[in-house]
Amino acid sequence: MTEPLLRVRDLKTYFVTEHGSGTARAVDGVSFEVLPGETLGIVGESGCGKTVTSLSILRLIPEPPGHIRPGSFIEFEGRNLLTLEPRELRAIRGNQIAMIFQEPMTSLNPVFTVGDQIAEAAIVHQRLSRRAARTRAIEMLKLVGIPDPEERVDHYPHQMSGGMRQRVMIAMALVCHPKLLIADEPTTALDVTIQAQILELLDRLQAELGMAVMLITHDLGVVAGSADRVVVMYAGQVVEQAPTAALFARPLHPYTEGLLASVPRLDAPPAREHGRLHGIPGQVPAATAWPDGCRFHPRCPYAWDRCRAEAPPLLDAGGGGDPGTHTVRCWLLTDPRRRTPHP
Amino acid sequence: MTPALVDVRGLVKHFPGERAWLGLGRPRAVVRAVDDVSFAIAPGQTLGLVGESGCGKSTVGRTILRLIEPDAGRVTIDGQDVVALGASALRALRRRMQIVFQDPYGSLNPRMTVRQMLAEPLAIHRLARGADAERRIAALLEEVGLDPGFAQSYAHELSGGQRQRVGIARALSVEPQFLVLDEPVSALDVSVQAQVLNLLADLQQRRRLTYLFIAHDLAVVKHIADHVAVMYLGKIVERAPAPALYSGPRHPYTTSLLSAVPVPDPKAQRQRIVLSGDVPSPAHPPPGCPFHPRCPHPKKDTRCRTEPPALREVAPGQLAACHFAEQPL
Amino acid sequence: MRKTASGRRFFRHPTAAPGLFLLAFFVTVAIAAPVVAPYAPYYQIDIAHPDRPPSAQFLLGTDPFSRDVWSRLVYGARVSLGIGAVAMLVAATVGTAVGAVAGYFRSWVDTTLMRLVDVGLAMPRIFVLLMAAALWEHIALWVLVLLIGLTGWFGTSRLVRAEVLSLREREFVAAARALGAGAGRVIFRHVLPNAAAPIIVSGALGIGHMMLLEAGLSFLGLGVPSPTPSWGNMIADGWHKMAVAWWSSTFPGLAISLVVMALNAVGDALRDALDPRKEAA
Repeated sequence: MTEPLLRVRDLKTYFVTEHGSGTARAVDGVSFEVLPGETLGIVGESGCGKTVTSLSILRLIPEPPGHIRPGSFIEFEGRNLLTLEPRELRAIRGNQIAMIFQEPMTSLNPVFTVGDQIAEAAIVHQRLSRRAARTRAIEMLKLVGIPDPEERVDHYPHQMSGGMRQRVMIAMALVCHPKLLIADEPTTALDVTIQAQILELLDRLQAELGMAVMLITHDLGVVAGSADRVVVMYAGQVVEQAPTAALFARPLHPYTEGLLASVPRLDAPPAREHGRLHGIPGQVPAATAWPDGCRFHPRCPYAWDRCRAEAPPLLDAGGGGDPGTHTVRCWLLTDPRRRTPHP
Repeated sequence: MTPALVDVRGLVKHFPGERAWLGLGRPRAVVRAVDDVSFAIAPGQTLGLVGESGCGKSTVGRTILRLIEPDAGRVTIDGQDVVALGASALRALRRRMQIVFQDPYGSLNPRMTVRQMLAEPLAIHRLARGADAERRIAALLEEVGLDPGFAQSYAHELSGGQRQRVGIARALSVEPQFLVLDEPVSALDVSVQAQVLNLLADLQQRRRLTYLFIAHDLAVVKHIADHVAVMYLGKIVERAPAPALYSGPRHPYTTSLLSAVPVPDPKAQRQRIVLSGDVPSPAHPPPGCPFHPRCPHPKKDTRCRTEPPALREVAPGQLAACHFAEQPL
Repeated sequence: MRKTASGRRFFRHPTAAPGLFLLAFFVTVAIAAPVVAPYAPYYQIDIAHPDRPPSAQFLLGTDPFSRDVWSRLVYGARVSLGIGAVAMLVAATVGTAVGAVAGYFRSWVDTTLMRLVDVGLAMPRIFVLLMAAALWEHIALWVLVLLIGLTGWFGTSRLVRAEVLSLREREFVAAARALGAGAGRVIFRHVLPNAAAPIIVSGALGIGHMMLLEAGLSFLGLGVPSPTPSWGNMIADGWHKMAVAWWSSTFPGLAISLVVMALNAVGDALRDALDPRKEAA
């Protein structure tokens, strides 16, 4: 078994809210691993905690009002990220673990050239001279497929389109050849043809540089095309975790089932005649008031008494792989006869 | 054949670009946001209008309603020419056509309660007052799947899906025949999106509504549209009944667009066409065919660079603006 | 008030509560003047012995005309606060109207109105007011108020126009127009209520300006005519006796300073409290 590159155990990140509505338990006991060179997809809707999880890994959570609870454990290449000194942590950020965000316009500094911003990481982490760093920046622009890199290196973000800015962000992130790239909704704000370009680019770079990618998204199509394994999050917890093919072929958690049924699909026949998508009734509960028992039970078509009373742990779904390959947080695993929807 | 409820002919909207000389000179470049767009929608049907950012689809929606004044063209709703109307006739016609916006956060007035938002159109058109209005408001809320108790809430107390339902209720309050839906589910989570799409389908059946569904998500449009029109740089490049468009697209842009959409099935082995280059800006459209710089068609030639292709019928009911539409990708 | 989020934001400013208290104090005292003042403001108590220092009988002393300073202060509060508030009301109304019309309709209406505002802002306000006051022999109070108000709306109009320009692009405004709302309804029901915050804040701060203007004019003898007390002319009355009888000028001066500072503090705190960005869910 390969040693995981990143190991997250029982991560809990809570936020104190202003009006005394209590604590928002945005991430409430999340565990997963990222193996070297693989793409892990983290899927969920808004409010599930996926972005807070990714920010917690690099300790980018603003300390009030948020805090990572003691008992959380994040290990990168054997080192506990949560106990590192600030200086040591900075040496990892941008260097060994890099992150790209959803909105390239607001993540890039409008008053610096694109070249300066890419070079910055090289200067800080690799102590390159400004000239060497600029050469490096041009190389990176070429790597991410920006035409005329010698010219573009002196352009400002506002002179570029959304797709190009995202490529610049990727260049910035990869300049130090990190082992892990955390990509938080990298294509959500882009047009679909540009999204295809960026996803293809990420695939190619991953193969060339041998890095692992943690791909956070709400788009099941993106995950199906790019991820090796998938983690599904709901209400601050991991509810299902499986290799991609297994997850889509045999979704076991009712939430995953519901999500897959809610998505209108290009490969389905035109639905004009019957006209209904499955949908999931109700809405995501507030992080300050997770339901008792299983957090999904108010919206679950199969829920019974046990679900209302007792919160299920992550159970092994078996399925022929090594133990732990496919895990599900649902009592249906212990009582499969209950998998009949209520009338 | 039933006459169309909505008939758009030659719609044009240009926006002047920046002016040189501190605002006093001639405009620099003209943004041809909508460049000679025509289509018709039969009553009770849905036309999906798709395209990427900058293609002009939102402008089309707003221009039809005269929220933006068109520069040229004719828009007929149930026989009445919208463009030529004066102010008071236009106000009366507004009852027949309404719009639902994309942003559930921005499209509701933060200082009004739901009740006030729904009562306003009733007051403007003198449809109901007092207790009568209260009844209608409660009925509207129920119709869109909201508890009538939400009437006293403010927008910021509601979730995205709930706000969008309020927006739909507001549009329905004047009993329109025609609804422009401008990316109505794009800002919503997937599970909420499904709920709202189902609601829109139910409403269409129950109230016999006609929809212009503007979206960038082709999978969503496939689910709800009878006909689809694809826009690129202000022009319609393909228009066809939905089954024909999705199974046999005739324009290379449509084909590329369809292949770029990620499908939630890891086993789907698709020949992905990845276009090179960016979505061009409508201020500087390329000469000839607007798509030619990015077009992957193997037969692309000088004609594509110089001669803009006309939107012509290449199969029954299916139109495409491509010199090689008979030999699709 | 503390219960709401905006209430909390308001009181987060350390000067907000004392400022509010001061304002409340002066306003109450002004309204209750007949009750709180032991003497009539014009009453000259003992002409032979003016300039009595503060004592138990004359809380803040008497002025050179042997009038009770405290009583005059309290009645003067009515005049000074009243003029400040009403003038600001005039300025806010005219400024909002002009700004809203210019911002909503744009085109030539906007250009014309804003050129007018540019002229108004360039105008040296003090000189205009001085000239006007000098031309009138005995200026009526309401004329003074109107003058101060009508020369002070230009800044507000710019502010309102900026707000309206950005608000008119918001989708809920487009939605109202799509529903058939006319320009009037859109401006009054949709645009202005969302522009209210900066108007209120500039109003609070503006009252202070107006009060200082009035005080200045009255001090120069061109504003509120004697014997009607205003804090400005009270300072003038006692000015030449500053060395020997400091109380006649100092207390009205202190009053002006305190009220203006309180208005600034409250205005600042209001700006944060009413910030719509913080209203987001």
